[in-house]
Amino acid sequence: MIRDITLGQYYPADSVIHRLDPRVKLGGTILFIISLFLYRSFAVYAVAALFLAIVIRISKVPFKFMTRGLKSIMMLLMITVVFNLFLTPGTVVFQIWKLKITEEGIRQSLFMAIRLVFLILGSTIMTLTTTPNNLTDGIEKALRPLNKLHVPVHDVAMTMSIALRFIPILMEETDKIMKAQMARGADFDSGGLIQKAKSLVPLLVPLFISAFRRANDLAMAMEARGYRGGDGRTKMKPLIYKKRDYIAYGILFGYLGIVILTGVFVKI
Amino acid sequence: MSIKIEKLSHIYAEGTAFEKKALDDVNLELPDGQFIGIIGHTGSGKSTLIQHLNGLLKGTSGTIYYNGEDIYQEGYDMRALRSNVGLVFQYPEHQLFEIDVFTDVCFGPKNQGLPQEEVEARAKEALAQVGISEEYYTKSPFELSGGQKRRVAIAGILAMHPKVLILDEPTAGLDPRGRDEILDQIAWLHETRKITVVLVSHSMEDVARYVERIIVMNKGKVLYDGAPRDVFQHYKELEKIGLAAPQVTYVVKALEAARWDIDTHATTVEEARDAILQALEKRI
Repeated sequence: MIRDITLGQYYPADSVIHRLDPRVKLGGTILFIISLFLYRSFAVYAVAALFLAIVIRISKVPFKFMTRGLKSIMMLLMITVVFNLFLTPGTVVFQIWKLKITEEGIRQSLFMAIRLVFLILGSTIMTLTTTPNNLTDGIEKALRPLNKLHVPVHDVAMTMSIALRFIPILMEETDKIMKAQMARGADFDSGGLIQKAKSLVPLLVPLFISAFRRANDLAMAMEARGYRGGDGRTKMKPLIYKKRDYIAYGILFGYLGIVILTGVFVKI
Repeated sequence: MSIKIEKLSHIYAEGTAFEKKALDDVNLELPDGQFIGIIGHTGSGKSTLIQHLNGLLKGTSGTIYYNGEDIYQEGYDMRALRSNVGLVFQYPEHQLFEIDVFTDVCFGPKNQGLPQEEVEARAKEALAQVGISEEYYTKSPFELSGGQKRRVAIAGILAMHPKVLILDEPTAGLDPRGRDEILDQIAWLHETRKITVVLVSHSMEDVARYVERIIVMNKGKVLYDGAPRDVFQHYKELEKIGLAAPQVTYVVKALEAARWDIDTHATTVEEARDAILQALEKRI
């Protein structure tokens, strides 16, 4: 159950997408998301779907890994669709008592559903093909200009990479403590809401303690190795754009061009 | 009364890139009252195996019988199984959470639905058995030393009166004295309560000194299963899978190689002493 969260779950595979510079993937994801919001047109979404399908294919990540991320937004998706379906004014197609389904409502909710699903899929591809460390490196480098505005870019990036790194560790820890308490007869599933919340105490107390202990150890280990923040710090593997990254940028802008052309000329 | 494992296999994350076969066709019988040691390299499947014994993990295939009953059958009482088969995890002190030592030990028996007096009586008894005196009862578990915390955690399982006690590396990270104390107490419990004890360990010396039967795990399979003196005869094969025999086994083997007429089955210092003395007598 806990293992279903795909965020920050890198899927190791050997593909061009995996090898791309994280900045390209970040930029690409943002560009893809923008492309989804430019036009309300099925033709544009068809182009986006095609693009997405090709990228997923190239990335060599099994499709079922992508859909795992979708499970978590299922609820949100349902609510969005239902509200848009019933609350959009326009030509009535179908009416039960006071609930009206309008043509515009159907259109609107379909758009919203497609957008949400594509948005999650698009960003899931990025997190599945990029290691958390690579990703924060990319963010750090891409946001470096903000340093001039006294934004602590390095510190934020370091905090983020540590946080991401700790997600699987804490998940494993949760699993272990849960099992240990179950071996002592703890029951996490039955009972009402209050009973359930109470039953979490034996899980949460040890988990917090272990998180603090790990944080302490990590801080100590970092200081012991001379970490003093980002000033003057160099990288073992500095990010440098390669030929494939420029080609990828080219393809991305090509995709955006096609989206705009489709949006302007095809009216569906 | 026993645990019987039949054709048990476990595959982690089946059908993904992280798929890993942790157990591969394991067949074992753990009769009552035995003191069993399970040894194996990291990742050999020993921790996975013991988590099956009280139903925390379910095998991908195969069955486990506790007292002849299939624990995977519909409607089997897992909670009853868990109070009969007590499992002490690695670093059990990480599971302590109550405000004081005594309440923490009460957690297990309380979950068994026992009346309050019985719960307290059992907690007292268990704490006494692991050598924690009354002055510690009201202390926070986090004020104790590492060895004390671990003993409190073990008491938490003992208070449930398990018929089978499984300990995963109970001595990891303890100093030699803490290690001996805990192992002696476990051996004493095995003697007095006549419970089955399964000890998972890295230390060949510990295992050789206490257990009557050793199960060697390698890559999810049972490689050897027998008395320590027989299992450690395979010390060369054990080395190949990253394990070793107790140091004294090497001594007697080396003496044999030097053409001594010596019994090479010794696994503890005392046995080795006797074997060497005997061999010396023969030489004179």
